[in-house]
Formats: sequence, structure tokens, C-alpha cells
Amino acid sequence: MTSYLFIVLGAVLVNNVVLVRILGLCPFMGVSKKLETAVGMGAATTFVLTLGCGTSYVIDSWLLIPNDLEYLRTLAFIVTIAAIVQLTELVIQKTSPMLHQVLGIYLPLITTNCAVLGIPLLNISQKHNFVESLLFGFGSSIGFTLALVLFAGLRERLDGADIPKNFRGTAIGFITGGIMSLAFMGFAGLDKYK
Amino acid sequence: MFSALFVMALGAVILGAALGYAAVKFRVEGDPLVEKIDSILPQTQCGQCGFPGCRPYAEAIAKGEADINCCPPGGEEGIKKLADLLGREFKPLSGEHGVEKPKSVAVIDENVCIGCTLCLQACPVDAIVGAAKQMHTIVAAQCTGCELCIEPCPVDCIAMLPIAEAVDNWKWKYPVFDIAQRRAA
Amino acid sequence: MSRRLFKFHGGVKPAYNKESSNHEQIADAPLPAEFVIPLHQSIGGIPRPVVKAGEHVQKGQLIGGPDGSVSSAVHASTSGTVKAVEMRRMPHTSGLSALCVVIEPDGKDEWIGHAPVPWRTMSPGEVRNALRDAGVVGLGGAVFPSHLKVNPGKEGHLDTLVINGAECEPFITCDDMQMRERPDGIIKGAAILRDLTKARQVLIGVEDNKPEAIAAMRAAVERIGAERIDVVAVPTRYPAGGAKQLIRVLTGIEVPHGKRSTDYGVQCFNTGTAHAIYDALELGRPMISRIVTVAGNVERPRNYEVRFGTPMKDVVALCGPKPDTDRLIMGGPMMGFRMPGDEVPVVKATNCILVGSKVLFPPPPPEMPCIRCGECAKACPADLAPFEMYWFSRAKIFGKAQEYHLFDCIECGCCAYVCPSRIPLVDYYRFAKSEIWAREQEKEAADGARERYEFRLAREEREKQEKAARLAAKAAETKAKLAAAAVAGAEDDPKKALIAAAQARAEQQKTAAETKTNAE
Repeated sequence: MTSYLFIVLGAVLVNNVVLVRILGLCPFMGVSKKLETAVGMGAATTFVLTLGCGTSYVIDSWLLIPNDLEYLRTLAFIVTIAAIVQLTELVIQKTSPMLHQVLGIYLPLITTNCAVLGIPLLNISQKHNFVESLLFGFGSSIGFTLALVLFAGLRERLDGADIPKNFRGTAIGFITGGIMSLAFMGFAGLDKYK
Repeated sequence: MFSALFVMALGAVILGAALGYAAVKFRVEGDPLVEKIDSILPQTQCGQCGFPGCRPYAEAIAKGEADINCCPPGGEEGIKKLADLLGREFKPLSGEHGVEKPKSVAVIDENVCIGCTLCLQACPVDAIVGAAKQMHTIVAAQCTGCELCIEPCPVDCIAMLPIAEAVDNWKWKYPVFDIAQRRAA
Repeated sequence: MSRRLFKFHGGVKPAYNKESSNHEQIADAPLPAEFVIPLHQSIGGIPRPVVKAGEHVQKGQLIGGPDGSVSSAVHASTSGTVKAVEMRRMPHTSGLSALCVVIEPDGKDEWIGHAPVPWRTMSPGEVRNALRDAGVVGLGGAVFPSHLKVNPGKEGHLDTLVINGAECEPFITCDDMQMRERPDGIIKGAAILRDLTKARQVLIGVEDNKPEAIAAMRAAVERIGAERIDVVAVPTRYPAGGAKQLIRVLTGIEVPHGKRSTDYGVQCFNTGTAHAIYDALELGRPMISRIVTVAGNVERPRNYEVRFGTPMKDVVALCGPKPDTDRLIMGGPMMGFRMPGDEVPVVKATNCILVGSKVLFPPPPPEMPCIRCGECAKACPADLAPFEMYWFSRAKIFGKAQEYHLFDCIECGCCAYVCPSRIPLVDYYRFAKSEIWAREQEKEAADGARERYEFRLAREEREKQEKAARLAAKAAETKAKLAAAAVAGAEDDPKKALIAAAQARAEQQKTAAETKTNAE
């Protein structure tokens, strides 16, 4: 039980996907201008990543390893993730056209999001079982959402601030992201308690 | 080798079937985004953006065929709102589509008007009252300032008057002062 | 009987400076040479002028008819001749002009015939119309038409009627003196309001820095024997006179953001308004004057009963303005507005004319950046976050500013008073509010234009279809005629026969016309 807790906590805080592993920066910078879109993107990625992580584990352990096809891992994972993302896009377009329009190109880009491929691969390398895979995927995506929401909140404030002309927009965004990364380094100490 | 092909083909078939089913189940009709864009546009129906009205421009923006900075009556405010709605970058008003002018209404000089009804037919919001050989007059409250009536008039009797500031539409000024401007003044 | 009082959040305690103007009795301001009475003196629709230049009017005669129900009438302040109905500068920060009725007094000061209004037997709608036609508006400063507030609410009766005698702003003492010298009218007005709104109890809140006023009002309640009316002393703290703040202090009810106090069974009227309602209903007199405090940079600060339309400089001259006077402020130092000139008239909203100078009101130090200390939020009596509203108003992000309840700001000035960076916070809120209103108006206009455009397209479509239908009908008719001709006559080309017939008719008409012209 505690090992499950540590997996989730580790994925959310200690090894945060965006701020510690530095994966998935594309939506982190691109969709975080407003809080609502950041939350929407986080929710979509959570769904994709959790499902993707679990499905990838199943495909890997039942289809690829028994048939000695480990070299097809990347290919198979990408195909699965692409299908899941497409499904998510269809659902979002139906239920919330507003979110669909605002997320725009970033929704299908979840397919090529390095976090969404990286987490299943990392999951395999950490030798988790099925339940642990799901938790790992879920925790990582919650960490992703957390980073996105924090960043969006900060950016909404930065919008009205007196920033020097050359720093406005993406530049100050990256500087802020870097400082957040530094802050999250503080969680590295939690590793000791595992 | 065959097992690899078999595995990939299996994956493709299953996922393809799932997606096909989803595509049918979650089909979306229409495009509510156009409504949202149209509600931001100022509805002057003037055509300065290059489209025959505000709705066609909204549809073009939704499809991605038109840029968001083509509407002079909407001004900087309108472009900012569109940029916010669509998540696109803010761009200043493109010069080729016109400049932002102060809000005006059209006024007919009644001494010159000949009652030809050409301006009546041109007004996109039917703000001109009149009939053939009768005096024409513009209902100021309904005029959007699109200037489409000025061209058809054969005797050039229509002029644009900027709306004067009155006590009920007066706005408080922005309290931040530019020090450089103050020094220059 | 000691009543439990509550505290409202925040507030400040500035120096009150009331001692200067609360020694003398209220004096009547003499009639000026010319009355300039603006037509738009209350919130709502602008009254239409019902008199013309050259007409003779009597004191209290209607000169501006209310336009709709959210509007209040305007009356002549004295008898005389209407010199003109023209644009004159308004007592408004913008310095813009609006339509005013200019009256030259004839010196006789004759009242128009008037009689008490039988309000006890009238229907509520009729009483409201009577108040509207008497021009009664709130004299606390917001000049909201009072007839719209005199209703018993959804439940059919109010729980508590609050009469606001707090007068929390520094320098202003007009309500104080009115309560000391004319408490009977106020109590009788409160009793009328109690009956009109069927209130369970009436609480008159007066700040405890006005002990003489409290004593006079309590004595009047005893004397008249008014029932269910209590005069309550509230702790002195600015802005205890704000409606929501006074309601909180007296009843403990905290009216949430965006809600009205009537949703909680409470309504609030100013003491001056209560007196005006008594005058309007029991004496039948429309509102033509009010008590104005003149204070600040003058030798003899005092309260005057001033008729509406009196130029401010005439009233100020009575008090001996000092030579270094450089401005007039309508209202108090916290919430007042600077006047564009001194010839502007006294209107229903003028509770005080504050005469200023560079010594009394030194120029504000330059604004420094916000350090997010939170003092403004501590001081805000409306439980808002002023620094957030400032941040977003400054960046012109009006959506977020509204999310922080910008429109619940009562513009009391407590936040700007405590700000260590000396930021003129209220200026930002006023700017943001007027921008948001302007945008809403533009949106409405745009929506209306879109409707008319779509209707026009539909109309053109319909005309096209009707025309097509008409042509189709005509074509069918011709076809039928042809068919009939083919059946009847033995012509091998029935169409040719029709054409020949038409040609023959045309020839006939031509010859007929030629003969006519030859004959003329």
C-alpha cells in the first residue's frame, strides 16, 4: 500500500514530468495562458496518459515480450497513444467545442508529446506491474496538470505586470518555468523516505 | 518476422475499428465557434475586411482562411478579444483594411437630398427612412457608421459626424500618465 | 434598552473637521439672479422639458416631466420667467453641458397651488407616481428615484426599515443640523415610509459623534408618539453611512456581493429623503431645495437651505471664501467630485460644497508601485480585494476585474486613504467601471445592428420570393390564356394572335394620344 503511495507521490512531486524530467514542454508553454485551458489540457492528458500507460503495459507484457518483439515497443506504443488521443479529441469536440477550439493544435499534439511516450517507456524500465503502471501514469499526469495549473496562474498575473518589452510573452514564461523547476528540486529530499 | 507483422496488423485493426466506431458515435454537426466570433464583431456590415458582411468574415476566421486583424470598426479591442477567444497571437490592425476612426453617424443634408432611394438600398441595417421622391433621413440611433451610403448618393449629401461626448456617454480617463508625454507638454 | 450592534469589516477613522460647520443654525440662502436647473438630476431617464422660454412659472411648478418609471420630475425653485431652455455646464467632473431650464426670479416667490396627497387611501402604484411627480430622489448622494424604493418587497412587508442619519464623511454636517432643527419632519417621514413598506421596525442610525442630533431625534419620537421607531447611536467609523455597512451595524445582516438588501427584508433611506417624502405627501410640496454644508477654505462655514439651480459661487460667497481658493468639490473629501467651475448649479446630489485650496488639499505625491501589502483589503468595508481590482483595471483586463466584484465597490476611498504607495485606487475603479459600461452599450448596439441586418436579408429574400411567385402566377395566367385561345380559335399560332391583338391595342392608344396632343 505505501509503495503505491510512494509511486504516486514520486510521480507527482519528486519526479514531476514537466519540472524535473523536463518532458512535455510544448503544451506547458503553449496552453498555459489561461487557467481554464490549462485545466482542460491537464484533464485531457490525464485521461490519455493513464489509459496509455496501462494499455502500453498490457501490450508490452502480453503481446511483445512473449513474442520477442521488444524492438517494436516504441512503434506499438505510438500507435496506441495516437488512437487514444484521436478518441479523446472526438469526445472533447462533442462535449466541449469551446475547449476543442481553444486547445486547437495542441490536442492532436498530445500524440507527439514526449511526456506521453516517455512515461510508458519509463514505466516499463521501472518494472512495474499492471496496477503500479496505472498509478504511475495517473500520478505523472496529475503532476503534469499541477505544473500546468501553477504556471497558468502565474502567467495570468504576469499578463498585467510591468515586464520589460523584450522579456514579454514566452521569454518571461521560460524564466518563470525555470524558477518553478528550481523550487520543485526541493522535493528531491522525499526520495530518502522511500 | 511474421509475428511482428501479425502483432502490428492486429493492433491496427483493433484500433482502427474502435476509432471508426467513435467517429460515428461522436459526430458533431455545425460549428458554434462561428457564433462566438460573430458576437465579438461590431456588426457594421461595412465590408472593410474584404468579406460581404460580418458573418462571412466570422466563418472565414473560424475556418482559418482570414486573419483576425482585418476589422477597423472593431479596433484594437476587437482584435484583442478575438485573440483571447481563439488563442491566437494579438496583431495590430492591418493597414490595408483601413484605419480605426472615431465612432460617427451619417447625416443627410436635407437641402440637397433628391429622394432617389439609392442610399436606402445600400444601408445594411435599414437605418434610413424614406421613399421615392420623399425626404430621406437617417435614424442616428440605428446608424452603425459603416459609410456604405456615402458612395451611392448621386448628389453627395451624406456626411459622417463623429459622436460628441455627452454626460451620459462620458468615460473616466485612464489614470496612468506617461511621464515622457507630460514632460513634452 | 441596549441594543446589540455589529461591526463591519474595515473602515478608517479620518479627522472629521465637523466642528467648523455645526455651530450655526441652518440659514436660507437668498435667491440668486438666475436659477439654472438641470433636467437630469437623478439616475435614470432624462426628464423632458415641459416649459418654453418666455413662460411664467410658479414655485414648485413642473418644468421637467419624468421619462418613464426610472426617472424623477424636476420643478421650478421659485416663481419667475423661463429665460431659456438651453445647454449649460453641469456640476459634473467632465465639464460637459446638458439641458437646463434657466429661470429669472420675479421676487414674489409664489407657491403653485398644492394640497396634501391622500396617500393612506391611494394604491401603492398611485403613491409611487405621486412621489415620482414630486421629484423625490435619494438625498444621500446617489440620487436614486425614491419612488422605486418605496415598496414592501417580495414578502409583502419589510422586516427592517433603516433611516440613515450616520453622515460619516468629514466636513459634512447637513444631516446633523437637519436632525437637530427639524426632527419632527424626519420622524413623520419615517413613519410614512414605515406604513408604505409595512415594516416591522424602523431603526434610525446616527453616528455617536452627533449627541445633540440623537437627543433631538429621540425627543421628537417621544413627542410625536411614533410607534416602532428607534433612534440608535452607532460607533463613529467611516463609512458607517454606506447602506450595506449601516445595515450590517444595525441588523447584523451581511448583504452578499451582487445581492440587494431588499432580498433580506431591509431597505435604507437617508434622513433628508425621509423629510422630503413627508413634505411631498403630507404637505404636497415637490422637492425644490435641500440643505447644503459649505465648509473648507471659507471664513464662516455653515449649512444653508439652498434651492436647486442656485449657482455654487453664490452660496460660497455667503461664507466668505479665502483668497487662495482654487477649487470647489461637490461632496466630501473622501468621495467628492471636483467641479469644472464655480458657476455650476446646486443640484439634488449636492450635500456639501467643499471649498479647497493648495494648503487645505495639497497635491498628491506621485504614485509608486504596488507592494501588495494588503492594507487596502484590510480597510475595505465591502470585503473586496482592492489590490486585485487595481491590478486588472490597470492592465485593462476587465473580465478578471469583474470577477473580483468590481461593481460592488462603493468608491468610499478607504483603500486609497491607507495605501502606503499613494496609489489613487478609486480612479482606477471608476475608469474600469465606465469602460465596462461603454463596452456593454456597444455590445447591445452591435446585437441590435445584427438583428436589423438579418431582418433586412430576410426581407430581401421574402421580396425576391414574392416577386418570383407573382411572375410565376402571371406566367401561368398567360399560359392559361394561350391554352384557352388555342381551344377557342382555329388560329395555328395562338401566340401570334395575342401579339397581333396587343399590337392593335397599342396602335389604338397611340392614335388616341396623338389626337389628344393635336387637340391641345
